[in-house]
Amino acid sequence: MDDNGRETGVVLTEEQKRRRRMRSIAIALALGALVLLFYVVTIVKLGPGVLSR
Amino acid sequence: MTDSTTVNQNRGTAGFAISEASVGDYIALMKPRVMSLVVFTALVGLMVTPGHLHPVLGFAALLCIAIGAGAAGALNMWYDADVDAVMSRTSRRPIPAGRILPGEALAFGVTLAIGSIAVLGLVANGLAASLLAFTIFFYVVVYTMGLKRATPHNIVIGGAAGAFPPIIGWAAATGAIGLEPVLLFLIIFFWTPPHFWALSLWRAPEYARAGIPMLPVVAGQAETRRQILLYSIVLAPVGVSPWLLGYSGALYGATAIVAGAAMIALSLQIAALGDNDEGIRAAKRLFGVSILYLFVLFAVLLIDDWLGAPGRVLL
Repeated sequence: MDDNGRETGVVLTEEQKRRRRMRSIAIALALGALVLLFYVVTIVKLGPGVLSR
Repeated sequence: MTDSTTVNQNRGTAGFAISEASVGDYIALMKPRVMSLVVFTALVGLMVTPGHLHPVLGFAALLCIAIGAGAAGALNMWYDADVDAVMSRTSRRPIPAGRILPGEALAFGVTLAIGSIAVLGLVANGLAASLLAFTIFFYVVVYTMGLKRATPHNIVIGGAAGAFPPIIGWAAATGAIGLEPVLLFLIIFFWTPPHFWALSLWRAPEYARAGIPMLPVVAGQAETRRQILLYSIVLAPVGVSPWLLGYSGALYGATAIVAGAAMIALSLQIAALGDNDEGIRAAKRLFGVSILYLFVLFAVLLIDDWLGAPGRVLL
């Protein structure tokens, strides 16, 4: 911000902000899906006794 | 204002580019239509195995194969951005349109490739992961970087990359490679030339402008029509071979005979027609029928397997 409260440097347009937000949401969903997938695959491969190993 | 001009303006004034890529652009980078064919053929390879794979592991393996195919597609688009830009069919792809920078596509592709191979190795086995790695390598390095711009036989040899998914699916389920998935490999391998050469018959001027030595550009339309016929004549019996060797039932056998005959009939029609509007219409018809051919054959193979046909309802 400069002395007058205006943003300096690279200022994103509304469209750029919207697309960046959508990309961030997609990455978050993909990571969440991977966590779920790894969890389920672990249970399937090791069975319900996974915690006692 | 288009996306590309926005990116370029941002690069010009600020000294670096600000990504305007949408989520859809990254999905497009993975060639979803090719991916759907890969997933379907890999699914068939996985389902027709004699053994049993837990559905969750099967789903995870298919997901890895799909992401691996997407990685290969992204790396293909990264390397081919220059030729994509001069062809109308590909000029709107994310990189030539300026929505994704080449470096972003490269990083995306490499990340997906490493991730999909590693996860497939963990959820399935090392053989399936090695085959996926080899397929990505073959498509990106051997086909895209080597054959595509060097020889009119580019799609003949490069077609092997698209033919591997059933073998990977089979290997994921069994940890081995059998004759049956090799037959599925051969079906896709011999299907690829008539499929792509039919397309190239009416896209030849664009390929020539892009410097891609597709068969019609190098050897002419007449030779391409002859080669389409020859490969269709080889494809038809290869398509029937799973039934002839007892891996599928009568339903598949009858379907493969009819579908193979249709491919040969259309190829004969193309060979008889010259380089005119009627010939182009026939080429477009063969292109569409060839997609149907592969889909129907693999779908019926799956249905046949579900019906418990192998070895029991042979004619």
